[in-house]
Amino acid sequence: MSVLIYADSNNGALTKNAFEAANYGAQLAQATGTDAIAVVAGTASGLEELGKYGVSKVMHVSDASLDNFDPQKIAHVVAQATSVTGADTIVFAHDYTGKSVAPRLSAKLDAGLVSGAIALPNGNVVKKAVFSGKAFAEIEITTAIKIISVLPNSVDKLEIEGSATVEAFSVDLPSTGITVKEIKKESTELSLTEADIVVSAGRGLKGPENWGMVEELAKELGAATACSRPVADIGWRPHHEHVGQTGLAIRPNLYIAAGISGAIQHLAGVNGSKVIVVINTDAEAPFFKAADYGIVGYAFEILPQMLEAIKKLKA
Amino acid sequence: MKILVCISKAPDTTAKIAFTDGNTKFDEAGVQFIVNPYDEWYALVRGLELKEANGGTVTVLNVGGADSDPIIRKALAIGADDAVRIDAETTDALYVAKQIANYAKENGFDMVLSGKETIDYNGSQIGGMVAELMDVPYVSLASKLEMNGNTAIIEREIEGGVEVIEVNGPFVLSAAKGMAEARIPNMRGIMAARSKPLTVVAASDESSATVIKGFTLPPEKSGCKYVDTAEELVALLHNEAKAI
Ligand SMILES: Cc1cc2nc3c(=O)[nH]c(=O)nc-3n(C[C@H](O)[C@H](O)[C@H](O)COP(=O)(O)OP(=O)(O)OC[C@H]3O[C@@H](n4cnc5c(N)ncnc54)[C@H](O)[C@@H]3O)c2cc1C
Repeated sequence: MSVLIYADSNNGALTKNAFEAANYGAQLAQATGTDAIAVVAGTASGLEELGKYGVSKVMHVSDASLDNFDPQKIAHVVAQATSVTGADTIVFAHDYTGKSVAPRLSAKLDAGLVSGAIALPNGNVVKKAVFSGKAFAEIEITTAIKIISVLPNSVDKLEIEGSATVEAFSVDLPSTGITVKEIKKESTELSLTEADIVVSAGRGLKGPENWGMVEELAKELGAATACSRPVADIGWRPHHEHVGQTGLAIRPNLYIAAGISGAIQHLAGVNGSKVIVVINTDAEAPFFKAADYGIVGYAFEILPQMLEAIKKLKA
Repeated sequence: MKILVCISKAPDTTAKIAFTDGNTKFDEAGVQFIVNPYDEWYALVRGLELKEANGGTVTVLNVGGADSDPIIRKALAIGADDAVRIDAETTDALYVAKQIANYAKENGFDMVLSGKETIDYNGSQIGGMVAELMDVPYVSLASKLEMNGNTAIIEREIEGGVEVIEVNGPFVLSAAKGMAEARIPNMRGIMAARSKPLTVVAASDESSATVIKGFTLPPEKSGCKYVDTAEELVALLHNEAKAI
């Protein structure tokens, strides 16, 4: 009986999500009086850091063939670690890697998976958002081994004192038919899903030539920019900025929406934001119902005024 | 090229989200169902494009009851050649994945495509499970798929960028935005769909691993605080919300 955490690494370092998953697993281990053990695949250093998040032991498979994306191999590694440790709960982050590996492991071990958990489990029952954030479900895992992937930025961190020992762990890896050819970084812009603040605009901005004020405000706030779906569809903004039910789902601390009506499909992608600000000329715009702060007014006036006010505040 | 596209039935994006039976079941009363958008817009359409370019067949597969037939006909109207429905009550993702994998293994496909997640349970689970059960590679959240002979060149989203991957042999993929543009079925497609084969097969005896205990709705927002000026707003965001 122990909690096993898959701690993902990228370019030789553990990711932010890996520490969150580790802390989630450690909180769970503490609550159930057992150990939190992490498994790391591929070249990575600084693994003792996991101790500060409550992990007591790190099993490191340092095989460099694990450095590139291959969920088949990683699932194999985690399955081996599960059998060696006798873990009955396995924790992932619900990020790009977790989404690729956790379902594989679930099928491999015939173990129930709840993906996108937003709280520690209550016994075998795990809470997650469903219907694109419009509801929550409590899901019971009925198998002996349980797999949980944790939604990034959703569970509070708990300081757990401690240190971790790092042990080499060797696994015979299967051969697979997958090769990574190239990694293209989108740009140096802040990633939308990681941004604390997002400034977003919709069709109310009338045309792409008016986005300067959105970008300037975002820059001043250290924010990422986003847009509604029609704006991306008409080509005013790049597709990767489209947020909503059929675009990216984001949960920043602050979401500023200008000239967006607040259609239900748009809200579905942003309703996890902590604070929502809406700027719209139409006092009846549905977005105001989901807002914390609202201004009924022209985006073309309000956005530049906000920029000035923020500059003043900083000065 | 034999392409299998898995589609699921999802409530329309404007559907009212409510629950019955002591908050343990989604209330389907008055709800219109659609093909899960990621399955339709991206996986199915890309499958059709590949077939149009390289020849082959596109089969759509749904695990569900007879109430799935309308959305299956929609997929046929968009252009799939034939359809299979595995007749089952869908209990959880692992159960559904086992049904799909059993069928796919028996019938041999070059690729199995689905959407990146369903808009109801948002699990992002089925593709990976199917791939593991078939013992083939899985590429999740793919935004581009090209075939070069038997080699698939796939781009998948990663934090802050994309990764280009090559896969040899059969694979499973979950499709995200960028993969294709949605198609609207035309009258001819809708007429043709009526006579395309929709085969109903019995489910295999499999177990599930999770059960939904109950649903809750998020707390209502306490209400919007209206302000008149940008300056006031910035002050509130700084002092009250502590967001900037
Ligand atoms: C299946 C499906 C999936 C969808 N998925 C998504 C999705 O993922 N994301 C998404 O965003 N949409 C999605 N949509 C579309 C959604 O229904 C809306 O059509 C869309 O969000 C509207 O975009 P908008 O608010 O920018 O434009 P509009 O609805 O045209 O609203 C513009 C708003 O700007 C206001 N306005 C006008 N001028 C100004 C001004 N000068 N200053 C301030 N305000 C002004 C107007 O009062 C209005 O409220 C989806 C639709 C469907 C059917």
